[in-house]
Amino acid sequence: MDLVRIATEYYQYFLQGTRTTILVALVTVLLGSVLGCLIALMRLSRVRVLNSFSRLYITVIRGTPMLVQLYIVYYQLDFLPYPDTTVLGVDMERAIPCIIALSINSAAYVAEVIRAGIQAVDIGQTEAARSCGMTAAQAMRYVVMPQAIKNILPAIGNEFVTMVKETAIIQYLGVGDLMYNNGIVINATYNPLPCYYISALIYLALNICLGKGLNIFERRLQRSER
Amino acid sequence: MSGEVLFDVRGLRKSFGALEVLKGISETICRGDVVSIIGPSGSGKSTFIRCLNLLERPTGGQIFFEGQDITAKGFDVNRHRQKVGMVFQQFNLFNNLTVLENVTISQEKVKKTAPAAAEEKALDLLGRVGLADKAAAYPAQLSGGQKQRAAIARALAMEPDVMLFDEPTSALDPEMVGEVLQVIRSLAQDGITMVVVTHEMAFAQKVSSRVLFMDEGQIVEQGSPAQLFEHPENPRTREFLSKVIHVI
Ligand SMILES: Nc1ncnc2c1ncn2[C@@H]1O[C@H](COP(=O)(O)OP(=O)(O)OP(=O)(O)O)[C@@H](O)[C@H]1O
Ligand SMILES: [Mg+2]
Repeated sequence: MDLVRIATEYYQYFLQGTRTTILVALVTVLLGSVLGCLIALMRLSRVRVLNSFSRLYITVIRGTPMLVQLYIVYYQLDFLPYPDTTVLGVDMERAIPCIIALSINSAAYVAEVIRAGIQAVDIGQTEAARSCGMTAAQAMRYVVMPQAIKNILPAIGNEFVTMVKETAIIQYLGVGDLMYNNGIVINATYNPLPCYYISALIYLALNICLGKGLNIFERRLQRSER
Repeated sequence: MSGEVLFDVRGLRKSFGALEVLKGISETICRGDVVSIIGPSGSGKSTFIRCLNLLERPTGGQIFFEGQDITAKGFDVNRHRQKVGMVFQQFNLFNNLTVLENVTISQEKVKKTAPAAAEEKALDLLGRVGLADKAAAYPAQLSGGQKQRAAIARALAMEPDVMLFDEPTSALDPEMVGEVLQVIRSLAQDGITMVVVTHEMAFAQKVSSRVLFMDEGQIVEQGSPAQLFEHPENPRTREFLSKVIHVI
């Protein structure tokens, strides 16, 4: 069978690509979450400028294709002195602009998830906290956020899963992710179909593992408080 | 037998957009008063009581609390709210915290009370409202009446000068109304100043020192429970009372 033959012969290409995909997705989700928190805070703030900016940001990012965003970030930021090194087999000069673009994209979705999660907490909780003399920040920290986080985390997990799949586009900038290495194997074997099956299986396995991990995490969270 | 003036409300107005809900309310509430506010739905009772701790921002008039204009610019709202406890119709216990933590959190975070002292005080208050055995429970595990009693303990923990109650028993099943009213009544007997929006006419009659009747954003009539319930002067008061008493 071609699939088994290609998998055994070229497995290091697939593994190397998978590692890059995981690393890029991981860093992207972390950066995207931090940036997303900031955007969400702006979105919820009463300062007009911040609020308008975050709305615009979310509209633009959700209204344009990620591939277009990727190219725009790549060309727009080409003046930045990216380090000419590799980390864990990932070429930083190519990977960093990708991570920036994906993080900017992810942040918009994360921000909406956080906003929705916070707004789903009953306004009475905030009113009660404020009426005890807490500041807005204290009410958010001690009362609203601990409740909102239970709405937010599962949705961020979904965002993580989405990101693992969406990283596939970074092959277009020559980052050696799973799809890029998949292309190399196709060129070597002239047999695309088994290669795509192998990649599909790898993506699927990654996301199933991720989903299981997130489930365990969620259940932990539910148990600690009710 | 009223003490020093706590709230001095002068020409209070509140609009939501084009809708004027409070149309010039003037009233004084003194230390030791137990004031009940009655009136038809939508008359602005909640809005009025929520203005007293600035959960709603007045759009006109002034409110003085212990001599200070709380509607003035730069007034320290958070400090004011420490002195004004609030109990809500929907309880609003902090769902992420245990009953005990509900009562300690603002002591610790707002008043900076040491955790041990805060806990001691909380347990004492929970005992007072009959919930000593529920300290470790989460709000979701409590009945409505228990939630409301915990919420009362939470408000008392800040040692407020006055307690505001907005229909504290309206969300309760009938069999739990009594236990909550009993707690509020015992607070009244301890001399705690309070303002209670209520539909429980018997409670208003028995417990309050003064009753305000509100209709269409104004205090139409006010007086002692005997005066207001037995000899209402205003036709609107009479009409309202005849309705609620017929229902009963
Ligand atoms: N945040 C708000 N925005 C707009 N309108 C509001 C708001 N809060 C209250 N209102 C309106 O103000 C009016 C008075 O409301 P309020 O809640 O003070 O009445 P109430 O006397 O407490 O009635 P109830 O007995 O039903 O609780 C109502 O018409 C209500 O719809
Ligand atoms: Mg009301």
